Amino acid sequence: MASRRVSSLLSRSLMSSSSSLFSLRGKGHLVNRGVAQGYSNLASALEETITPPVKVQHNQLLINGKFVDSASGKTFPTLDPRTGEVIAQVAEGDVEDVNRAVVAARKAFDEGPWPRMTAYERSKILFRFADLIEKHNDEIAALETWDNGKPYEQSAKIEVPMLARVFRYYAGWADKIHGMTVPGDGSHHVQTLHEPIGVAGQIIPWNFPLIMLSWKLGPALACGNTVVLKTAEQTPLSALLVGRLLHEAGLPEGVVNIVSGFGPTAGAAIASHMDIDKVAFTGSTDVGKVILELASKSNLKAVTLELGGKSPFIVCEDADVDQAVELAHFALFFNQGQCCCAGSRTFVHERVYDEFVEKAKARAINRAVGDPFKSGIEQGPQVDSEQFEKILKYIRHGVDSGATLQAGGDRLGSKGYYIQPTVFSDVKDDMLIAKDEIFGPVQTILKFKDLDEVIARANNSRYGLAAGVFTQNLDTANRLMRALRVGSVWINCFDVFDATIPFGGYKMSGIGREKGIYSLSNYLQVKAVVTAIKNPAWL
Amino acid sequence: MAARRVSSLLSRSLSASSPFLSRSQGRNLSNGSRIVRRFGTSSAAEEVISPSVQVSYTKLLIDGNFVDAASGKTFPTLDPRTGEVIAHVAEGDAEDINRAVKAARKAFDEGPWPKMTAYERSRIMLRFADLVEKHSEELAALESWDNGKTYEQALTAEIPMLARLFRYYAGWADKIHGLTVPADGNYHVQTLHEPIGVAGQIIPWNFPLLMFAWKVGPALACGNTIVLKTAEQTPLTAFYVGKLFLEAGLPPGVLNIVSGFGATAGASLASHMDVDKLAFTGSTDTGKVILGLAANSNLKPVTLELGGKSPFIVFEDADIDKAVELAHFALFFNQGQCCCAGSRTYVHEKVYDEFVEKAKARALKRVVGDPFKKGIEQGPQIDLKQFEKVMKYIRSGVQSNATLECGGGQVGDKGYFIQPTVFSNVKDDMLIAQDEIFGPVQSILKFSDVDEVIRRANETRYGLAAGVFTKSLDTANRVSRALKAGTVWVNCFDVFDAAIPFGGYKMSGNGREKGIYSLNNYLQVKAVVTPLNNPAWI
Repeated sequence: MASRRVSSLLSRSLMSSSSSLFSLRGKGHLVNRGVAQGYSNLASALEETITPPVKVQHNQLLINGKFVDSASGKTFPTLDPRTGEVIAQVAEGDVEDVNRAVVAARKAFDEGPWPRMTAYERSKILFRFADLIEKHNDEIAALETWDNGKPYEQSAKIEVPMLARVFRYYAGWADKIHGMTVPGDGSHHVQTLHEPIGVAGQIIPWNFPLIMLSWKLGPALACGNTVVLKTAEQTPLSALLVGRLLHEAGLPEGVVNIVSGFGPTAGAAIASHMDIDKVAFTGSTDVGKVILELASKSNLKAVTLELGGKSPFIVCEDADVDQAVELAHFALFFNQGQCCCAGSRTFVHERVYDEFVEKAKARAINRAVGDPFKSGIEQGPQVDSEQFEKILKYIRHGVDSGATLQAGGDRLGSKGYYIQPTVFSDVKDDMLIAKDEIFGPVQTILKFKDLDEVIARANNSRYGLAAGVFTQNLDTANRLMRALRVGSVWINCFDVFDATIPFGGYKMSGIGREKGIYSLSNYLQVKAVVTAIKNPAWL
Repeated sequence: MAARRVSSLLSRSLSASSPFLSRSQGRNLSNGSRIVRRFGTSSAAEEVISPSVQVSYTKLLIDGNFVDAASGKTFPTLDPRTGEVIAHVAEGDAEDINRAVKAARKAFDEGPWPKMTAYERSRIMLRFADLVEKHSEELAALESWDNGKTYEQALTAEIPMLARLFRYYAGWADKIHGLTVPADGNYHVQTLHEPIGVAGQIIPWNFPLLMFAWKVGPALACGNTIVLKTAEQTPLTAFYVGKLFLEAGLPPGVLNIVSGFGATAGASLASHMDVDKLAFTGSTDTGKVILGLAANSNLKPVTLELGGKSPFIVFEDADIDKAVELAHFALFFNQGQCCCAGSRTYVHEKVYDEFVEKAKARALKRVVGDPFKKGIEQGPQIDLKQFEKVMKYIRSGVQSNATLECGGGQVGDKGYFIQPTVFSNVKDDMLIAQDEIFGPVQSILKFSDVDEVIRRANETRYGLAAGVFTKSLDTANRVSRALKAGTVWVNCFDVFDAAIPFGGYKMSGNGREKGIYSLNNYLQVKAVVTPLNNPAWI
């Protein structure tokens, strides 16, 4: 019940009747929140940096059940996005550390105990882990916010509960991995075994460190694999804490190994390792191509990719405009705009365009930006200076290319990586801000006339991750749902991320699906076993 | 019934009642057949029989028409029995691939293919299967001529299997179900299983039509359109069945067939920005290139079915005579040109000497000759390059001190016939025990216990298939799980029913073909989520 209630916060986050954080905040902050006064006069709120209520306990690599220094002894700083100051020095994993982690994972797989335990035993460990997450909810949430910059309320009320919920989902799968018996064309008994692949290499991004960890670790462990996980260099901390909790829950040593470090060194070593049987990567399309190429040049390990997007959010003329404005705002600005499935091309029908732009601008100006540890804050800082600079560059580009800047357009305050919620109208398809993944709080609003046109334009992208559709018309909904070449279509909703719903991309947004029943096949090999049978009673 | 009966020829090919086995036994008993000779005699290979078929189609099939290559270039396809030219065939290159992709793109994006009902698509595939049966003798003759495989194998096993596979996939077309999905809140969630789009498919020369079926069948059933590149060694039969598909009512542009070479036509297909999916069957080295091209272009998902060095494990409690016969079949079938060939024959030390003696005797009796002759078990290798590669490995086996029990040389002096060759005392570190030879060369290794043979069998970069011979249920169950291979045949081998998934662990490939699993290769999953107002249940 608890998990259903809490995860529905995310599912229902923008329905008008829900008790969600977002709808409360979206409407409530106008009236009564001290912190939320419109972003332009928030600089003072940013000056008072709140001390996070958590200590950094783990800053070493987790290999074979133990926290250890990197082989080189090197460390790197992880920074507070609110200030750019150092939170902690973290062990910097490189090729040799990946090798050590693979040896541990290989041993835990090849000699056991992990794939030789019963599925029920594996599921119990995952259930215990979920309980420990709930027990340490606030501590984990504080660490996630400190390292990433996302609002603490989002971490504590949505993401960490979702972490527990996703692991309970996969714990439930562990003892439900069925093979098949198969009809033969002759006197043979045919069966398929769905076996764990072996050692999975997993490389996760910084935008949702723990949720990405759960999408990766959950199915891998449920299916009996062992793992070498590389965290993003921007956000190494929370994974190390939950790694300890996994072991407290009874996970045998070597089953999950966590290496902090950088892509070109530790990441590349995983993707090209000859003893890793599978690699799953979430990140940019450009890096995804490198990962796949490294896999092709090494041992042809199977690759799952969850990459970039430029997802259309289509508001038809019959849509509830107020609800569409609120959800389009959420679809883009959620998590500081740092979502691969951000609704970053807002297509609005010409009959409601002007009204929509006006309301979208008003909503953005009212967005509460500030120290993510403050109550009522909707938007914290971007994750680091590189992202911050990239977004500001795209904003300048939008202005230069003749789009109309309706709101925002600059940094907020003088320290850290805060950016004003920014809205462009009169955006054209060939502008860079309508083609590239900006990964920041920049909404681009485009105009369309009819369905054929918006289908063609929405699909005219190398990406195909997700789409939002706003309409009251069943025919329109059914038609768009099939025509859009994307992995998720949210109709009159957005960012619904239940554990059961598969997520992944068409085209250059990726290969494979995570979550749901579909995610299991990423971590299973299919073995056909055929035995000659004598005198069968049936065929 | 016909399909079941005929395809069982392949499934059961080596059970006691099968034509393959009865041929080899019949020889022992009757020995009166004129064509039955030991491989050392080459006269059978001298008299070249004229195939009873005309080459009618030598041009690229693009958008429903047979057309010349844009460059006007052609290349010769050769008769492996003689090395002589059968026909000159249009040589497709990047520009032809572009034309084919354009046609396939149109047939997909504008229809009619994915906009037809699944039932209509299935009817076309069923009509095609009927036409395959109607033309089975011509197809078999053309396949045998271009490839060198025995006509009887083509006619009684492969062409019937072609029809059987298309009936299998025709049956899937209207059974592609998405799911409705339990949500955590007030949402209606469903998944749509959609066609991916334009599929690029690159097939090899060892089973041209069966590989065509494994690729084209699921792609069409799922509503995709296709650009298929055939192997340059065997371009002929695909054109023929392409024509039959048009006759069956397949709309233009749905299936486009380009003959040509890997480095040109194959590479442009793999790196094409408007191809949404790629499936390749061939060598591991080429598979790596294909995946690299996909990675560097548009990240199209790739299915790979690659090389193998599959163990065939004979335990001490096995029926030795049957194991010898099946180990022989597992290696020598199709001139040893099978990706899943049982090319490491592991035999328990207690039965090793007996096994080697009998395996040698069986190989000596293998009937090699013109594949169009009745009763022939083995024809020529596909081409000079493969022939020389196989001969090089035979020399390597001798030089590394494996014991050459029989064979080792060419049969006759023309074409690419090779003596059935058996090596004993093979060690794991010899090249012939590590590399894929893809020819009629059996390597027999000795083992002492189960732990050891599991470890040695798994010590390879490949993981395609395995054979296990034992009467013990415990041994069969244990070894089935321990072997890292996509297919385990227990007391049988090369059972290829349409419903059985096939594919590799490790560097033998990614993905599975055939069976329910093959559908995933040609489907995208789309999650659709809608809020619910006042739902009766969640």
